[in-house]
Amino acid sequence: MEILHNVTINHYLGLSTVLFALGVFGMLYRKNAIIIFMCVELMLNAVNLALVSFSKMHGDTDGQIFVFFIMVVAAAEVAVGLAILMMLYRNRHTTDTDTLNDLKG
Amino acid sequence: MVILLISALLGVSLLALEIFKLRRWMMPLMVMAFLAIIGGTFALWGMNENVMMQGMIVMDAYALRTTAVLTILALFWLLTQHQNIEKTGNSSDLYALLAFSFCGALLMTNFTNLVMLFLAIEILSIPVYVLAASNRSSLLSNESGFKYFILGSAASAILLFGIALLYGATGSFDLYNIHDALMSGTIAPLSWVGLAMILTGFGFKISVAPFHFWAPDVYQGAPTPITGWMATVVKGAAIFGMYRLFKGAFDGAMPHLEGILVIIIAITLVIANGMASIQSNVKRMLAYSGVSHAAFMLATMIIPGFDPQSIVLYVISYGISSLIVFSIMNQVGQTAGEELNNFRGLSQENPFSAAAMTIGLLSMAGIPPLAGFFGKYYVISGLISTHPGLTIIMVLTSVVGMYYYLKVIFAMYQKTSIPVVVEENNKVVLSLGIIALVAMMVAVQWM
Repeated sequence: MEILHNVTINHYLGLSTVLFALGVFGMLYRKNAIIIFMCVELMLNAVNLALVSFSKMHGDTDGQIFVFFIMVVAAAEVAVGLAILMMLYRNRHTTDTDTLNDLKG
Repeated sequence: MVILLISALLGVSLLALEIFKLRRWMMPLMVMAFLAIIGGTFALWGMNENVMMQGMIVMDAYALRTTAVLTILALFWLLTQHQNIEKTGNSSDLYALLAFSFCGALLMTNFTNLVMLFLAIEILSIPVYVLAASNRSSLLSNESGFKYFILGSAASAILLFGIALLYGATGSFDLYNIHDALMSGTIAPLSWVGLAMILTGFGFKISVAPFHFWAPDVYQGAPTPITGWMATVVKGAAIFGMYRLFKGAFDGAMPHLEGILVIIIAITLVIANGMASIQSNVKRMLAYSGVSHAAFMLATMIIPGFDPQSIVLYVISYGISSLIVFSIMNQVGQTAGEELNNFRGLSQENPFSAAAMTIGLLSMAGIPPLAGFFGKYYVISGLISTHPGLTIIMVLTSVVGMYYYLKVIFAMYQKTSIPVVVEENNKVVLSLGIIALVAMMVAVQWM
């Protein structure tokens, strides 16, 4: 249990940054629409972690309250995003984003 | 506060009207709500600033002006596009989504807290993701909605991470507290990273280079009425929010910010105008031209002082001209197509549509005495003493802009044996818009 006493704000921020970077790179390099979608959610959750740890660091609760708003908004985004994805799948029978190239120029 | 409540209740009441099978009352209700909001802003005009909700939102002169501008644009959009929305068969959903995104647009103009900014951006964008994909059977509309959704929500996440870092560096979400914290003492590296991420997020939302690549795809694929909404109300609201954020929190506090913005504006102007001149699809060309107008709107942020006149004037002149253009674009797109060839000979059978489109395009190009000229004039004259190099780029790229706008105008006035014939509607409303574009030169001094 000794190790838990040595966890500082930097560790939380490091984890949050790593999660965020994973989200960004996943979004750029993965080809499956659902995985890309998960990566966006990962980015939002990385922000939540950063906000909570900053909130603890500053000793005020604004950051923690903000996290609830982000969760609500993320839920709304999931609802909209999955609906768009479903429609895309019905019309194209694939979730591969490489096939989404009708619009270019 | 009442203004925000009206706009929030509008969407809910539109859905309620659908339940009670009162569809034909939706359009009058929206017009009444918009008129009530415009009336409300004029009633409060000149009032002292009024901080509400424990310092979350503020109703000041800037908020009132920008609210009036966005509402006028939304009303003009509704009057020019309502037939097209009603034709789709699910008008109640579309109207309700538009009303919700309009509520977010108004919130973008009067936040003083970054929490409110984030909520405003999301309320503004989430309904528009659905609207972009609203033509369910069209593969292009699907793709456009999906791209807009993924890039929009990624941009929100990046912006949000920037907000979190800024909160970590300054310990507050309040714009003025952040400004005070940045002004006192040295600026932590954390705030620089935060600022860069906020700038990136906003860059996506207002579509400036190098984050503009989604805009042409999304604008081209979305149904034309929705493209008109995205290009005017959504873009205007995002730029108004960015103006308040940058003037409120970062103005004078971040030494190199101005230089970064100048570089972004210059790159955007060159890329957007260059790409627009090689497009054969008119809707796609208008999207690139919208990107170049976003650069002009961004340029109002580096004009010294908090004087919203130039940004307000630019957004309303660009907004009305592009709503006129998108309205004619929709008429032609429905009968013929969206390519430049489809516009050939439009003036032969439809002189009014061709004339309206010509005036809209000339105003976007910045020809005096139309409103677009005054928008550009105020930006350039505000910057000429501090950033002469940038104003030269602005003038040169406006000349390139003239080329691709004139290409469409020449096509419309060409003589052909098989001219395109379109169904003309809303002549009265479009004429009012044209009169507004001309009359703006008199109204400039009151903005």
